[in-house]
Amino acid sequence: MSADAVLYDHPGPRAKIRNTVLTVVFGVLLLALLYWIYRQFDEKGQWAAPLWKPFLEASTWTDYILPGLQATLSAAAVAMVLSLAYGLIFAVGRLSDHWWLSVPSGVVVEFFRAVPLLLLMFFIFYGLPFITEQPMPPFWAVVIGLTLYNGSVLAEAFRAGIKAVPTGQSEAGYAIGMRKSQVMREILLPQAARAMLPVIVSQLVVLVKDTALGYIIGYTELLQNGVNTLAANFGNIVAAAIVAAIIYILVNAALTSLAGWLERRTRRQGRAPRKRTPLIEAGAGVGGGGA
Amino acid sequence: MDVFSDPLNVDVYVTGFLWILRLTAAGAFFALVLGVVLAGMRVSPVPVLRGFGAAWVNIFRNTPLTLIVFFCYFGLYSTLGLSIVDDIDMNNFWLGVIGLAVYTAAFVCEAIRSGINTIPAGQAEAARAVGMSFLQTLTIIVLPQAGRAVIAPLGSIFIALCKNATIVGTIGLMESSNAMKELINANGDAVIPIFLVFAGTFAVVLIPTGYGFGWLANRLAVKR
Repeated sequence: MSADAVLYDHPGPRAKIRNTVLTVVFGVLLLALLYWIYRQFDEKGQWAAPLWKPFLEASTWTDYILPGLQATLSAAAVAMVLSLAYGLIFAVGRLSDHWWLSVPSGVVVEFFRAVPLLLLMFFIFYGLPFITEQPMPPFWAVVIGLTLYNGSVLAEAFRAGIKAVPTGQSEAGYAIGMRKSQVMREILLPQAARAMLPVIVSQLVVLVKDTALGYIIGYTELLQNGVNTLAANFGNIVAAAIVAAIIYILVNAALTSLAGWLERRTRRQGRAPRKRTPLIEAGAGVGGGGA
Repeated sequence: MDVFSDPLNVDVYVTGFLWILRLTAAGAFFALVLGVVLAGMRVSPVPVLRGFGAAWVNIFRNTPLTLIVFFCYFGLYSTLGLSIVDDIDMNNFWLGVIGLAVYTAAFVCEAIRSGINTIPAGQAEAARAVGMSFLQTLTIIVLPQAGRAVIAPLGSIFIALCKNATIVGTIGLMESSNAMKELINANGDAVIPIFLVFAGTFAVVLIPTGYGFGWLANRLAVKR
């Protein structure tokens, strides 16, 4: 209870007792809840050694979990690179002075932001083969879907970032005789990109989570390989789901802390506006909450 | 648009979106309640509550919703035998609502927590100065002001929730994405119109909703 205690007084003797009582009561309730969950698992025999033992064997990891994780990360990485390019093109397009460029860019971005990713993936995976008359590999269905959705989200973020650069910057650019494209390329984008770096990394978390949708269309990523297939062999679906969840949480927590570190770093170097003293310790940025 | 002249297909479409509507409404209600409680916990003077709130947010915000919904069905229902109602569709619906609410509550909690940060410290200090307890400060002074500040982020969270409701299709509910899949597989010659109708419905509803939340946020903002 340090600087963040603006919402309540420094505890006096009575408040200290009350807080201790509350701590004990909620601690006991929490332990009771955990014990109840433990009992529920126990009753259904979910703690039985054969269900958990596969995770101690190297083959479980090399045959199921690691290939799944690799597929998840590679889809996320490819989609990230593509959606960065997509986001950049459409952000600049939407900011264009020509209506025939800005209006279509705006329509595309708004459309793909509003359509559920799963619907998009279903269309790409089940619908497009009817038109192209050749099967769509699940990997590309996942990557294209992720690119269209996350690229559109990033386009909006970039647009906000470019607009947040002080107007004096672009005016100075024009004053020394730069063209519009030069101002965008050499003045606005570099400054916006630096400020946008934390947002980009946070979006990567959304991307990693969204690759799990690939499971629904049969892409063998972590959820399909590490939970579904693995559990089909060992009959331990609850255990496998918990292990997979832990892996997702570790990967995403690492990315989140990277985003936080980048944000602190940019703020320290005075490239982003300083925040005034917050009421409570500031939380990490609220991602839009993809899937 | 021949596909949608068949009343059976229209029925599939309408049922799909009715499920989405119900999932969104129920999910938003429970996520909001849970999220506000979690946010209260995260700023409370009791360390156990703060830890619980933080653990919840870190666990559920970083797990894919697909995995959560998957776990609700195969873990809670199939393995642990949690059955809420007898009707299979309704049971899947409530399992889906649990997954959506538990996941979205983590985002609501973080949005409200950052909303609390937009309030000048003087407000909470004044509340304490007139002798308010933590709960009074939170519910009478801080949360009403924070609520007005978080309308825009909450709006985008609920829009995301509406889109995420399609994921409940994984556990066999015939919501809109499954409905679209069925229609596409049955009518391979009309793939594009089918997609445009389904995606268009989401776009036509959600894009104005997004602007609506923006307008509301602007209107209700505390001018400082």
